[in-house]
Amino acid sequence: MVGLVIVSHSWKIAEGVKDLASQMAPGFDGIRAAGGLEDGEIGTDATRIMEAIQAVDQGDGVVILCDLGSAIMSAETAIELLEDEEGKYRIADAPVVEGAIVAAVEAAGGEDLESIIASAEDARNESKL
Amino acid sequence: MSRVYECLTKIGETITENKDFLTDLDREIGDADHGINMTRGFHAVAEKVPSDLEDIGAALKKAGMTLLSTVGGASGPLYGTAYMEAGKVMAGKTEMTAEDFKAALEAAIAGIQKRGKAVKGEKTMLDALIPALDAYTAAIEGGADMGAGLEEACKAANEGIEFTKTIIATKGRASYLGERSIGHQDPGATSATLTLETIRDFVKA
Ligand SMILES: Nc1ncnc2c1ncn2[C@@H]1O[C@H](COP(=O)(O)OP(=O)(O)O)[C@@H](O)[C@H]1O
Ligand SMILES: [Mg+2]
Repeated sequence: MVGLVIVSHSWKIAEGVKDLASQMAPGFDGIRAAGGLEDGEIGTDATRIMEAIQAVDQGDGVVILCDLGSAIMSAETAIELLEDEEGKYRIADAPVVEGAIVAAVEAAGGEDLESIIASAEDARNESKL
Repeated sequence: MSRVYECLTKIGETITENKDFLTDLDREIGDADHGINMTRGFHAVAEKVPSDLEDIGAALKKAGMTLLSTVGGASGPLYGTAYMEAGKVMAGKTEMTAEDFKAALEAAIAGIQKRGKAVKGEKTMLDALIPALDAYTAAIEGGADMGAGLEEACKAANEGIEFTKTIIATKGRASYLGERSIGHQDPGATSATLTLETIRDFVKA
């Protein structure tokens, strides 16, 4: 099964998005939040992201959803630290909340990495009204 | 205490002394945290890097790993990657030559560019570091030693800071300000220059 990591500058946002997405995928425990710094301050921490990726990696890949700016740089750093030559850790170019919900549903349903990335990125085009 | 550890703690002291200054610069064109971020990072560096570690490469790598996880802002992965890449160049070495410093600074800049995908002229730390590397290289190729080379590097870095006042930010948070970022100096270019000045003073002492 594909794992899911939620990265945000805010610990609360990351945890909240994880809760929201988990609710859509009962029984699926492949989601981790990597928000804020270790002490709860606002920021992103490449090491925490790396550990979250490792925690949900079952061999089928991990989809990472980020908020903005340095969240992406930190996630890229984490992927590099893990020396991911096969490219199985991927950042989805998707909105965090909508992307996480779509990705959780699909990951829980056993979809593969590529289709989950595609669906999460598609969430960007979904009109809300 | 190893020389490299001493130098790292000196950088941390300079950053800490300039915490409010760097934060105020970031208030103008960012989110008012650059000094806070960097000070937090370097406090952790002083704690996490073993004080008797003589291997310069290992010490720089450890410093980089620590910055990655404690700085918090964009400067975390950027400086973190910079120190780690410089560490790769210095792996196993317990002394640094003028040539080594050039190679380390080159690797650090390449790391920042890999991570942040910025080039010179986008109002970032690169606007201090790239001219500094060019000036340093020219100086040592002309026969200058490391201290004299760093003297030239710092002059160029300070000119780089002045240059950042004249341009629009196109990378990082400051890019949200567009035209309004003109007139303000870049916090990251400032912390990079303070770092080089500290290394210069350390080498020349
Ligand atoms: N893509 C980038 N490439 C190089 N330097 C950057 C980039 N983005 C931001 N910076 C540097 O980081 C500094 C801001 O750092 P900091 O305030 O700690 O992070 P944040 O912007 O996340 O709050 C800027 O002044 C700039 O020099
Ligand atoms: Mg900032």
